[in-house]
Amino acid sequence: MADDLNAVPFRGGGFRPERRRGVGWLVFVVLLGLWELLTATGVISNLTLPRLSDVAMTYVYLWESGLLFKHVIPSLQRFAVGSLMGLTAGVAVGFAIGLFSLARAGLVPLVAALFPIPKIALLPLFVIWFGIDEGSKYALIAFGVFTPTVVATYGGVDNVDRGLIRMGQSFGLSWMSIVRKIVLPGALPALLSGLRVSLAIAIILLVAAEMLGAQHGIGAYILEAGSLYDLERLFAGVIMLSALGVAVSWGIGQLERRLLAWRS
Amino acid sequence: MDLMLQSVGHSYNGQTVLEDISLDIPSGQIVCLIGPSGCGKSTLLRLIGGLEQPGAGRVLASAPPADSLNPLTYIFQDFALLPWRTVAGNVALVLEDHALSASERAAIVQDVLARTKLSEFAQALPKQLSGGMKQRVAIARALAVRPAALLLDEPLSALDSQTRELLLDDLVDLWTRQPFTGVYVTHNLYEATRLGARIVVLSRRPGRIRDIVDIDRPLAERAIGDPALEAIQKRLWGAMRDEALAADRELADGR
Ligand SMILES: Nc1ncnc2c1ncn2[C@@H]1O[C@H](COP(=O)(O)OP(=O)(O)OP(=O)(O)O)[C@@H](O)[C@H]1O
Ligand SMILES: [Mg+2]
Repeated sequence: MADDLNAVPFRGGGFRPERRRGVGWLVFVVLLGLWELLTATGVISNLTLPRLSDVAMTYVYLWESGLLFKHVIPSLQRFAVGSLMGLTAGVAVGFAIGLFSLARAGLVPLVAALFPIPKIALLPLFVIWFGIDEGSKYALIAFGVFTPTVVATYGGVDNVDRGLIRMGQSFGLSWMSIVRKIVLPGALPALLSGLRVSLAIAIILLVAAEMLGAQHGIGAYILEAGSLYDLERLFAGVIMLSALGVAVSWGIGQLERRLLAWRS
Repeated sequence: MDLMLQSVGHSYNGQTVLEDISLDIPSGQIVCLIGPSGCGKSTLLRLIGGLEQPGAGRVLASAPPADSLNPLTYIFQDFALLPWRTVAGNVALVLEDHALSASERAAIVQDVLARTKLSEFAQALPKQLSGGMKQRVAIARALAVRPAALLLDEPLSALDSQTRELLLDDLVDLWTRQPFTGVYVTHNLYEATRLGARIVVLSRRPGRIRDIVDIDRPLAERAIGDPALEAIQKRLWGAMRDEALAADRELADGR
């Protein structure tokens, strides 16, 4: 008996995200390094893919000529204003749906009808309504952000632990206190993960709007480079968008770590 | 605060859950409700505390003392603590809607945390606490509003048996120092005999009162393995066994 004992094989572990510092950066660095290596040695021709260092030179040029800010600042402004409008309206409507049966009955079908519309198709309409300048771009981004925010918000409110609300009522808390101190924090995780989706949509719509009618902006810059088949500048523009996406995702991650530290 | 139920009945979607419950809950006593799963104990407790309106009959309460902030106060099985608030914050939550100065509020929080031996955990988050500690926080929160009656729905069921024993002692201590009116729902016959001045046995659904047992022995003198209490537990189990067996084999929607 005692001599045929073996160690019990380990079968657990895995299926559990862990924090790995620096891996994200490493992936970027390796990819970019590979890119530079393959284009510099000519394995990939410069007609297919520009050299990374040439793209970098484009940035130097953009910086020195002041063009960088001329394109980036308006884009950031459109992104910020449009998203803020869409988020504010979306959170308000989402809370109304989550809290009032009447609003739910009336608005959920409407939101379901608006959600699948490709918002970019409405740009001409917004141009007529809000003008060719900033107004139509704000409206497009706001509208694109609005619907996913509504859905995420009322989903979050629906998912707040009813037991906690019961508890609030049983202690005689006012309706306002229950909403502010129980429903709002309880819906926050869903709100923040909805924010990721909404802001990604905002970036896509930002570029689309700028491609269809803007002098300056990252979208306009990319469109111009694309029509000239100027791959260096095209990539320079695309990288700006990626950077914006990474920055937004990082910001939301920070918000989550601060506001949701209570989660186990 | 005296509570009185007058032939209270209730049904959900046409299915009768409670029928003709008449019961006196005298001030300063703990009444335990036991009965098979699904017989309507939690429903009855919600009716008593005004979280639900009875379909039939009336729930009456005598005037609560003037200093009570929330006369009918619950303690829940799942603790119902806000995970984003600290221990002190969870207690403060139920005081924030009342006209109290910040210092009065802080004094109440400090006092109830001391009474439940939680002072050193005031700044901890619920996720850092064990189940027993979480229920202590819920008890502290309930004490903070100076309840005239405590309504407890299986408060110890989510805890392991050692923790349960400790908390049972704490509840007995709290009651001995200042007797409170309580309605205590449980599945556990031992808990019922430790805390109840009166034990009400409900039948399976639709819940009716099947038996009422009074225990005279003062709470502080009851202990584990007391033969008199065990005899009562036996008697209660005798009354419940067949009901529990039948209830266990019932479909939830009764069809
Ligand atoms: N909100 C509700 N809507 C519909 N039916 C309900 C509702 N609450 C409870 N019921 C039903 O009423 C019956 C009694 O439920 P209740 O929770 O009061 O029983 P209980 O005695 O507390 O059971 P347990 O011992 O399992 O806690 C059950 O059949 C349950 O399915
Ligand atoms: Mg129950």
